[in-house]
Amino acid sequence: MPYTKRPDKRKMDELRPIKTEIGVVPNADGSALFAFGKTLAIAAVYGPKHLHPQHMQKPDRGLIRCNYNMLPFSVTERARPGPSRRSKEIGLITENALSGVVDLTRFPSSVIDVEILIIQANASTRCAGINAAAMALAHAGIVMKEMVSSVSIGKIDDKIVTDIIKEEEDWKEGEGATDIPFTMTSNSKDITHLQLDGNISTKRLKEAVEAAKKACEKILDYQTRALKGEKINEIN
Amino acid sequence: MTENQERKLVIPGEVIISDDDKLPGDFTIKQGKDIIANRYGLVDTSSRVIKIIPVSGIFEARRGNTVIVRVSDINFSGWSMEIGGPYSAFLPLSECPRFINRNELAEFGNIGDVFSAKISNIKRDSVDLTLKFRGLGKLEGGRTIRINPHKVPRVIGKEGSMINLIKNSTQTEINVGQNGYVWIKGSEEGEKKAENAIKLVVQEAAFEGLTEKIEKFLGGKSKSVVKEDVE
Repeated sequence: MPYTKRPDKRKMDELRPIKTEIGVVPNADGSALFAFGKTLAIAAVYGPKHLHPQHMQKPDRGLIRCNYNMLPFSVTERARPGPSRRSKEIGLITENALSGVVDLTRFPSSVIDVEILIIQANASTRCAGINAAAMALAHAGIVMKEMVSSVSIGKIDDKIVTDIIKEEEDWKEGEGATDIPFTMTSNSKDITHLQLDGNISTKRLKEAVEAAKKACEKILDYQTRALKGEKINEIN
Repeated sequence: MTENQERKLVIPGEVIISDDDKLPGDFTIKQGKDIIANRYGLVDTSSRVIKIIPVSGIFEARRGNTVIVRVSDINFSGWSMEIGGPYSAFLPLSECPRFINRNELAEFGNIGDVFSAKISNIKRDSVDLTLKFRGLGKLEGGRTIRINPHKVPRVIGKEGSMINLIKNSTQTEINVGQNGYVWIKGSEEGEKKAENAIKLVVQEAAFEGLTEKIEKFLGGKSKSVVKEDVE
């Protein structure tokens, strides 16, 4: 069966319904929730605060530390709790995606902790996590040059599609599935994170990046509205 | 405070205004004509210099701030204090107004004791405290709560109207530190009520009719107190 229409009847460049709001974790310095359809992430920011162990302290700048955590009940088969190879990697790429926009020089030898929890997963969890984390950082009053927005682009069979779901990620027929998580800054339109899992030609990759840029603009609009106090819920 | 004037909430990276005449102030930068926000907060456009008034985030120490601190450690020359935020705070023995036996520092301030102090100096990532001003010193008994340091002006109110309202109607002593630590002392019920009132102020800080809400929360007898303060 060739891939002609999407399993959830979306258009090829259409995002899933989005739910987002800020201030969901009262004890954190800043927090946000971001959901792409059934993928739901919560991010909480603590700090800047003292950094221990001391050997990690940098005298000229602070550190941003992201902890990505997929909760056991977030996926169909129970995920083993605690850090894994995958969660460490995603924590690291989140740090890299965010550290470019965060001003860390204001509080040297300190750390900003970003905790990302995936409550429910249906592909592109890291993108939902980065979106939530960027909003939580802004909400926590961290000095940032600009925002970042993240989206996953897929090449399913030979079609470029925006914001893929699990069913599309597991597509086996035709050319199979390629998953490209992508993060872009809001003003300078720089790419702070791009991963690629699968096969794609350079020509198609350029197409994918264009699609991602368009989608990121849309996501930025949601993030902006939520940060200004609106509670957005397009789901159900 | 100019509360009547509607202030716009901006997010990092947002263009506040495109005007060659305006200058970038706190937490803003200028790129070409545009003044861009670098922090989440309210915009102050009342002067030529555009600045952002933060609404969230940790305590940012300034010299002269009066803060509520808690003793976290004692060493031979003074006390290490917990102040909130990424700073370590130190109160040297020499900055205490009365004689203290060098070998018995814990008698004046033991671990966990709460003090009202002033920031005398700020270094790279630590602050020095002093008690050599009026009204500073150890706070005996009571309870200490933490609030968002950027909401402190709201808790105090215009010329202390809000805090006096809470103090008078709950019969408590309240000391608000600029670091967001609030010390409350009174009867157990009074303390509890004052604590909840302060939390309500913080929660409702952005909305209109705050004073009425707090009055209602504290019950009827506060009315006379408010009138005095307003007039």
